[in-house]
Amino acid sequence: MAESRRDTPLYTIGFAALVCIVCALPIAWAAVSLRPRQELNARIDRLEKVLGVAGFMEPGESLTAEQVEARFAEAIVPRAIDLSTGAAVDTIDVATYDQRKAMKDPALSVPAPENAARVVSLPRVAVVYEVRRGDSLQAIVLPIQGYGLWSTMYGYIALAGDARTVNGITFYEHGETAGLGGEIENPRWQAKWVGRRALDDTGAVQLQVIKGAAGPPADDPYRVDGLSGATITGRGVTSTLDFWLGANAFGPYLARVRAGGN
Amino acid sequence: MLDKQSRGALLDPLVDDNPIAKQVLGICSALAVTTLLQPSLVMCLAVTAVLVASNVSISLIRQWIPSSIRIIVQLTIISSLVILTDQVLKAYAYGVSRQLSVFVGLIITNCILMGRAEAFAMQNGPKASFFDAIGNGAGYSLILLIVAALREFFGAGSLFGVRILPLAADGGWYVPNGLMVLSPAAFFLIGGIVWAVRTWKPAQVEIERVVHIEELPHDTSHRDGADRRAA
Repeated sequence: MAESRRDTPLYTIGFAALVCIVCALPIAWAAVSLRPRQELNARIDRLEKVLGVAGFMEPGESLTAEQVEARFAEAIVPRAIDLSTGAAVDTIDVATYDQRKAMKDPALSVPAPENAARVVSLPRVAVVYEVRRGDSLQAIVLPIQGYGLWSTMYGYIALAGDARTVNGITFYEHGETAGLGGEIENPRWQAKWVGRRALDDTGAVQLQVIKGAAGPPADDPYRVDGLSGATITGRGVTSTLDFWLGANAFGPYLARVRAGGN
Repeated sequence: MLDKQSRGALLDPLVDDNPIAKQVLGICSALAVTTLLQPSLVMCLAVTAVLVASNVSISLIRQWIPSSIRIIVQLTIISSLVILTDQVLKAYAYGVSRQLSVFVGLIITNCILMGRAEAFAMQNGPKASFFDAIGNGAGYSLILLIVAALREFFGAGSLFGVRILPLAADGGWYVPNGLMVLSPAAFFLIGGIVWAVRTWKPAQVEIERVVHIEELPHDTSHRDGADRRAA
């Protein structure tokens, strides 16, 4: 045991440097070589969520990546829209446009007005997913995100062609407590949203997650059951809807859809 | 058959020196991920895999690690392995990695890893360290899975997501115990396990004794002994 040599500053620095290099190599290798697979996973997962929330995929149904791509291409038309006017934008390729990245880019986003969902910036262009049959718009899927208890929750909400009634909601990424706030992923809770009304006749966002149980959608259209033990997550979901369906975000687009002008 | 040291390193952590029940390490993840069995199982596998790799690699280079920076060297190795595990899970088990979210990354702060590196791998050869890691991983998993099974059964009426008790909400008779899905339930269950084990094996009860810092052995080769001074 060369106790003395091991404790000289030079040896220590050299050893530390060596450890860093040796540890960095496999991490760099893994990060680079696994990235395409991870990105594919994330993309397929997003497409599955859009398909699921729009009702083209049953909960628990499992498809290969190719099947997901095919079903998506068949049923859903992604469209880029200008958030401030709600009008379609043709200059953006929706297949490669990354809305979450755009939100972080000052050139592609604007600071968001203060909001309870703690959204910091708004993309100038957002992607919506439209389900059409012939000329009539059957459903629209909108990306939403907002802050719950610990984390930003990312998800989609599907509205019927009237741009008011909820067809479905889903969350695909969040860091809420497993078993409590994490239950926003639970299909049984998400099923309680179907048929409720997100906006009233004036276009104001009314839907909220309450504490306790709400009535059936026909009698109690503007309220959804809360998740027990997850009051703050529920409040976050309410503010997320409030913000994204409101005038600062998808409001103008939804108004256009209701006017039949899109 | 295994030699005596490896056998001890493998079997002791199951009950006699269980990382959670006896050493009271790794409690944070035991509270956080045990609401359901499936994520708990993946967490157990991930922790065991990282523990084996870190114990063996630290043991292999233990003679060359300068003692002044040994903790940070251990931490560097452990965190590299955790990042690697996280990347592999994201590429090959995307669903589960999303379910575990931040907790995979938090394996870095799991005291069992640092504890075993410092208390065992720094003093013992790679073979014994390997069995020590398997043993401690199994001991950790044992408690985690018991806690997760109880919490999922009483908190959600299911095991591994398979419905066992028909829930009142779906027309059955079982009203889930809301406490079970909250973290304090894991505290009560782990406390109960610690109590049960110490009643069964009274030798595990710590004898209260004031230890002055100067009394602790300075030589790192006795560190393991210091760790177990109460046993």
